[in-house]
Amino acid sequence: MAKKQLVETTINGEPTEFLCEPRQSLLESLRDILGLTGSKEGCLTGDCGACTVLVDGRPVCSCLMLGMEASGKNITTVEGLAEGTQLHPLQQKFLEDASLQCGICTPGFLMSAKSLLDRNSKPTEAEIRYALAGNLCRCTGYDKIVRAVQDAAKVLQSR
Amino acid sequence: MHEFSYEAPTTVDQAVKLLSSDGDTARVICGGTDLLIQMRNAVRKPRLLVDVKNIREMRDISYDAKAGLRLGAAVPCIEIYESEVMHRHYPGLTEAAHLIGSLQIQSRASIGGNLCNASPAADTSPALLAVGAIAKIVGPKGTREVAVDKFFTGPGQSVLQPGEMVTQILIPPPAPHTSDRYIRMIPRNEMDIAIVGAGASVTLDGDKVSAVRIGLGAVAPTPVLTPKAAEYVIGKKLDEKTAERAGELARESAVPIDDMRGTAEYRVHVIGVLTRRALLGAAERASKN
Amino acid sequence: MDTPQTQQFKIIGTRPVRHDGLDKVIGRAKYGADYAFPGMLYGKVLRSTLAHARIKSINAEKALRLPGVKAVVTHADFAPQTTAPVYRMGGEAAINPLYLACNILSKDKVLFVGHGVAAVAATSPHIAEEALALIEVEYEPLPMVLDLLEAMKPGAPILNPDVRRKSAPDEQTNIAGEFQFKRGDIEAGFKAADIIVEREFRTEMVHQGYIEPPNALGIFPGDGHATVYTSTQGPFDVRIMSATLLGLPEGSVKVIPAEIGGGFGAKLTVHIEPIALLLSKASGGRPVKMVMTRTEMMRGATGPTSGSILKVKMGAMKEGKIVAAKAWFAYEAGAFPGSPVWLGCFTGLSPYNIENFLVDGYDVLINKPKTTSYRAPGATNAAFAVECVVDELAQRCGMDPLDLRIKNASREGTASVMGPKFPRIGFVEVCEAIKNSDHYRTPLAQVPGKYRGRGVATGFWINGGMQSSAIVNVHADGTASLVTGSVDIGGSRASTAMVVAEVLGLRAEDVRPAVADTDSIGYTDGTGGSRVAFATGLAAYQAAHDVVRQLKERAAKIWEITAEDVDWTDGKAISRKNGVAPLSLKELAPRLTRTGGPVTGRANVYATGVGPSFAGCLVDVEIDPETAKVQVLRCTVVQDVGKAIHPSYVEGQMQGGTVQGLGWALNEEYVYDEKGTLRNASFLDYRMPTCLDLPMIDPVIVEVANPGHPLGVRGVGEVSIVPPPAAVANAVSMAVGTRITDLPVSPPRLFKVLSAKRG
Repeated sequence: MAKKQLVETTINGEPTEFLCEPRQSLLESLRDILGLTGSKEGCLTGDCGACTVLVDGRPVCSCLMLGMEASGKNITTVEGLAEGTQLHPLQQKFLEDASLQCGICTPGFLMSAKSLLDRNSKPTEAEIRYALAGNLCRCTGYDKIVRAVQDAAKVLQSR
Repeated sequence: MHEFSYEAPTTVDQAVKLLSSDGDTARVICGGTDLLIQMRNAVRKPRLLVDVKNIREMRDISYDAKAGLRLGAAVPCIEIYESEVMHRHYPGLTEAAHLIGSLQIQSRASIGGNLCNASPAADTSPALLAVGAIAKIVGPKGTREVAVDKFFTGPGQSVLQPGEMVTQILIPPPAPHTSDRYIRMIPRNEMDIAIVGAGASVTLDGDKVSAVRIGLGAVAPTPVLTPKAAEYVIGKKLDEKTAERAGELARESAVPIDDMRGTAEYRVHVIGVLTRRALLGAAERASKN
Repeated sequence: MDTPQTQQFKIIGTRPVRHDGLDKVIGRAKYGADYAFPGMLYGKVLRSTLAHARIKSINAEKALRLPGVKAVVTHADFAPQTTAPVYRMGGEAAINPLYLACNILSKDKVLFVGHGVAAVAATSPHIAEEALALIEVEYEPLPMVLDLLEAMKPGAPILNPDVRRKSAPDEQTNIAGEFQFKRGDIEAGFKAADIIVEREFRTEMVHQGYIEPPNALGIFPGDGHATVYTSTQGPFDVRIMSATLLGLPEGSVKVIPAEIGGGFGAKLTVHIEPIALLLSKASGGRPVKMVMTRTEMMRGATGPTSGSILKVKMGAMKEGKIVAAKAWFAYEAGAFPGSPVWLGCFTGLSPYNIENFLVDGYDVLINKPKTTSYRAPGATNAAFAVECVVDELAQRCGMDPLDLRIKNASREGTASVMGPKFPRIGFVEVCEAIKNSDHYRTPLAQVPGKYRGRGVATGFWINGGMQSSAIVNVHADGTASLVTGSVDIGGSRASTAMVVAEVLGLRAEDVRPAVADTDSIGYTDGTGGSRVAFATGLAAYQAAHDVVRQLKERAAKIWEITAEDVDWTDGKAISRKNGVAPLSLKELAPRLTRTGGPVTGRANVYATGVGPSFAGCLVDVEIDPETAKVQVLRCTVVQDVGKAIHPSYVEGQMQGGTVQGLGWALNEEYVYDEKGTLRNASFLDYRMPTCLDLPMIDPVIVEVANPGHPLGVRGVGEVSIVPPPAAVANAVSMAVGTRITDLPVSPPRLFKVLSAKRG
């Protein structure tokens, strides 16, 4: 058996260490080793985005990244989106705008949307849709998700 | 997934040593967006993964007017999209990089990886062919350069020998009044593998074409150039009619198959459409340079 | 009492934040794959690579010797099963236990690529996967059949030697079911018709496409009590099915429903729960977690829905009255009988009042996965065909397609296809709402170099009632909690809590809804059939009124009067005797201890008074003539929901179902190779719409109150998927000038149509 190796990384702002086998993906490491089950497994081929996390601020499908590659990186998961009990405007708007039904895709969408708004504070509808094209939702038809991102952008702009 | 070891060297030499260490059982991992899927499907079963993302020279983009572009093979597509240098000099290649998968994929996938995975349908390959890109290959026997149109040997196969890796992609500086364009046909608006991909680079002399290269993807066992179509266009004004005829000639360069993404008949038709559009698009950009 | 139409509501109709929402946006909500227990093992299933073969032997010795492997099970580990039916869904659906067991783990024949053959439990999912490769299975390949028409022909390879047609009891066949609905005299009808349209349509197998792969965590220590955590739409269905397959009394299996990441009907049955329990038992009672991979589930261990051939002929008088309709539907059942063809047979024509019709439906076995429900199962296929023919009739009559529908509309009192007369329904209102929509009133501008078209279609769904149970607890701080057995797949926790809040005079956030396990709540049929807001909402409503009854008694005690002299209005107990201030629930709650103890309201319903739903979809498309790619420009969905308890989640259901229908129309299809292997078993090549493929989906809620429900509720979840494929086909037909009869309208397929037209 390939020996487990120590990975030293930062997750949601906290210095974190864990042991993993090389064949364990970052998604597996987050969910099964660290108990951070907010990121979800949907396809394991990078086509659904349910496993999206931010790595050094960039959206990444954590199912297509090895746990070992997290070494030295800054990882943000949905569990780290709120600041304490203060929800990120995206989280707040997803709730207010009813942008989730079963909710399984929601963590991935939140992370992709956050990455978008961190870079582009006034996205057009087309830019939002492009940024979210890597996240599949089967319940909502995307309408209310796009509106929530628009509404969250307005909140962030007004700050 | 099967078991394997993982190393993350910081120099090309270290990486080559690791890749050569156990016959052909090691493989480079860069973005992992093709490799990890292949490993999950047991299509590839390397015993060692060599992560090249910590090798400085493979992460840099540098351009000078004489030597042209030295693009690190491990630069993620999203950084290519964000590079002013790439947009200015190679907009077609840049837009190809920005069409791969989703933003999540682009954060990780690299042009080097797209090249070495050698899928006939890879998005950047037609664009690389169009700009005359060259792969800089380093291996246990030293360094060599292979033009991209000589790089592919079959679906998923390239000239890379055991122990070799592509460290950089070299692209000559575009002549004045040169630009490129990449267009692909996919059934949705994102996320799909190209049914047909067309990359064109056009150099204008006045209003006539003085140099042109057209690369096609997903229409043959490897990405291919279309010499007949290119020859036809040389010396002519690139209007709709010329571009249309070039498109018809481009169809002859292809041997597309029926697969779950498209029929051969459909592909043949679309080759003509996309070649025409790519040529006209490249020419329009070139006329502004 | 106010009729539903005239009731004024304080909470119902508003849009509070759903109670389970916070957990879902911070990543705390626990779906089935999120559970973990000490000593947990991971289970994986070995699946057939052949489409039709006899299993000669299974040898798991090597697998069992792999370090980390704790158990291997096969069909033989199930309790012996027969075909004697086991009933569920209020007696409305029967399980064939032998077929169910064989579908999950095949007994002696594999019937599709992906058919389960054996399962392994090991200490890591990777080791379990390695172990699968070490199980040796000897197969004897048999001829296979993948084409629907071929499968129906005499002489086709036979999947099940026991299946017979009533008309030919001595012949083996793949036609596992035949259905017929008829009325009047179609020959006379067609003879009288001025205009006849006859077309043949084809749809392909499609998948529900839920983002969460099926999961199950089974704990079976062998003391006779089994526990399953699972993302299911039907905990009580999982209970009866697992118990049956394991040979346990029903109550010995406790099912704890986790949050669920989409189901759309497919998760109303078991796929791996019984296997997880078998593995747990074989591993000495250790918890065994199983999560399917995307490839595994697409290959169909989870059941996509039927591809179909649909022949429809309709005749109309020139002023638009439809006088005859004939339909012939063949649906793929897959490996075991049970496609939803019979549902297609009577829903397709349901919107129309037609004197003469004949509908024949066939359920056909084929070497593909057993089909499972997909949102209004069967209706979408049939509506695709019927609504395209109706559109063509309108075109030939020179009538607006909605006017033709209104002219022929089923209304209250119309005899439905099955016979009984419709109660108050909203089909005409739906059609009129489409006509009055901004979308319909805005002409579609043409642009040079593109083909544009507009299409409309409607659809019908029966909706469901069946059994639900609800408990309402009153807490000393004046809040309440609602316990039901209805898994929440789209906001129903919030809407049922709102019903309770409305009755009790509380704010929505003061009622905490919980979904309970199968021991903790009365029998509740699954979340599906558009039944939760209706039936569980009804149970919640009645349970809340049970609380009211008790609160009145407590107030009476406090006021020293009789309960008959206490009214409950606007959330308050009001004394009919003078001089006493009313008491709200908040004021009564701290006084319950002293007036008799805890107050718990309950209700168990077998809900009748179901109100069927109609929906309409209006879509504009733009086509690139050179690449034949279809782009949706604009889409409006209209639906009669009876009463929208939480309009945002009602809109969400309408939008979601519409987009599934658009995907079905545009690019989704199962593609098989000649060996019967699904080639596009991933989200890369099974192409569901992404965010970038769609415009906003404009929902228009129509409320024609269902007289059978105290709040006027009709089911909302399903019917929106029914019209879009026909609407898209009608739009494309208009844009290109040729009738589209095959789905999906993917670029290569539309290219063929365009080429044929040009050539």
